[in-house]
Amino acid sequence: MLLEVKNLSKEFDGLRALDGVSFTTEGGEILGIIGPNGAGKTTLFNLISGIYPSSGGEILFQGRSISGLKPHEISHLGIGRTFQIVRPFQNLDVETNVLVAFGHQFYPSLIKSTYPFRQPEILAEVHRLIERSGLRPYAKQIAKNLPLGFKKRLEIARALALKPNLLLLDEPSAGLRFEESRQLMDLIRQVSQQGIGVLLIEHNMHVVMDLCRRIIVLDHGIKIAEGTPEEIRSNPRVIEAYLGKSE
Amino acid sequence: MIKNMISGYLITVLITVLIYVILAHSLNIITGRAGQISLGHAAFFGIGAYTSAIIYTRAGLPFWIDVPMAGLVAGLIGAILGIPCLRVRDDFLAITTMGINFVIEAVFLYIPFFGGAMGIGGISLPRWLGREMTKPEYFVLIMLVFVGLLLLDYWLGRSWIGLAWDSIREDEQAAETMGVDVVRFKVLAFIMGSAIAGLAGGFYAHFLTFIMPQNFGFGQSIVILSMVVFGGIGTRWGPLVGAIILGILPEIFRPIMEYRTLIYGVLLLAMMRFQPGGLLGAESFLVNLFRRPAFQTSARE
Repeated sequence: MLLEVKNLSKEFDGLRALDGVSFTTEGGEILGIIGPNGAGKTTLFNLISGIYPSSGGEILFQGRSISGLKPHEISHLGIGRTFQIVRPFQNLDVETNVLVAFGHQFYPSLIKSTYPFRQPEILAEVHRLIERSGLRPYAKQIAKNLPLGFKKRLEIARALALKPNLLLLDEPSAGLRFEESRQLMDLIRQVSQQGIGVLLIEHNMHVVMDLCRRIIVLDHGIKIAEGTPEEIRSNPRVIEAYLGKSE
Repeated sequence: MIKNMISGYLITVLITVLIYVILAHSLNIITGRAGQISLGHAAFFGIGAYTSAIIYTRAGLPFWIDVPMAGLVAGLIGAILGIPCLRVRDDFLAITTMGINFVIEAVFLYIPFFGGAMGIGGISLPRWLGREMTKPEYFVLIMLVFVGLLLLDYWLGRSWIGLAWDSIREDEQAAETMGVDVVRFKVLAFIMGSAIAGLAGGFYAHFLTFIMPQNFGFGQSIVILSMVVFGGIGTRWGPLVGAIILGILPEIFRPIMEYRTLIYGVLLLAMMRFQPGGLLGAESFLVNLFRRPAFQTSARE
């Protein structure tokens, strides 16, 4: 089991953002997470990546509890993420953005932290990732000057540089044009074919239905459904909570 | 005679400015590189000066021991204060560091061990070759330390530590999820900046020969910060340029000396409004003037 979330809860000042959510995922699976705004999807990611401590329940990653670990420790274990509102290092170029994620090999030792960060072997790996994410012409561009679609790719490239076993993608296709979104989907599919587990929060039903064989639905912090895209589409609770509103 | 006075005055100004240059550089590690605002940098300058003064006058140890100790003690206290301090962000950090400055100044002022308002006197220039060092020699010594500092700065900027600082300055949360132990690298910046400010304090105490609490107050912190902001926060040469200009300006226009803090305040506001990157920072009119053609080619690529 790659990731096992058990009875996970999160309260903010008495408000239950997440309430007893459980699910599991395996390497190579793209698990879709959908639900209306405020359902607790991003909170779930923030708990898994250690940005917030959970209020209850447990998160097991490769059989090991990661509850209570700090974000950088969790990333070292092999969980990479992207953000709903893109957060590249705005004033650094694409290459340097990706380089940051290679630091986890050096940061645990203060001596190694003093090594120069532009080393040929690492740069070669960085460029492979940049190439793979379709960012090659932009390697030396400052991140803030990139169009949104490329910023999103950059975030994925940066997360992949952690050599993760699990990737958390928070609305990767939001704000993208059709063509950009299609290219991003190809990239996500490739990543999962490598055996990396992907949790995908997505509002674009077309993307979710296309990429995921299994979907979980959150509403008001509770998991209200889990199943194949067909099952989710015809689930009355989901239609009521989510699809019903938008149609 | 007059020539001697002039050169004596000149060397005094040069040494003072050079100490400010080192201070500005040390603050630039914390504020420029790691992106952590500090409004209390003079506290560590003071800790260094007092450590130096006390070891020299009370323990009778030579300059060559007390000044490195000054750096060590300031770095150590920087670590102790930095750990709780750097768990808060932005405005809270500004207020916390400012508070530290007031507390440290009060400690110097009210605890008799530190000599109270009269401060500590009887400190002298270092001895070498069996005699007291001359001021020009002292200047060269501090210059050597500064060159060492520049090399350190250059080396750190290219290291994984420098990259960690870059990422923290850009986006703390994103840096964390990319595997950067944010607290650790922030504290490291704070320790290094404080230790170097402590060294500067040691040099300052031996140069001034007596030190008083008000040399290390909040006003002094603002002077140091102004130099960094004026020259270009986070740039390699900005703190140097800022410290030289703002350090020499009041010497050239003696009458404005009284209004020094006022002028620094106005300059700081004006820089924030019109040149937030500083004289050597991004989008500075000076940089644009010299680099315009290069910028255009890179934009076309």
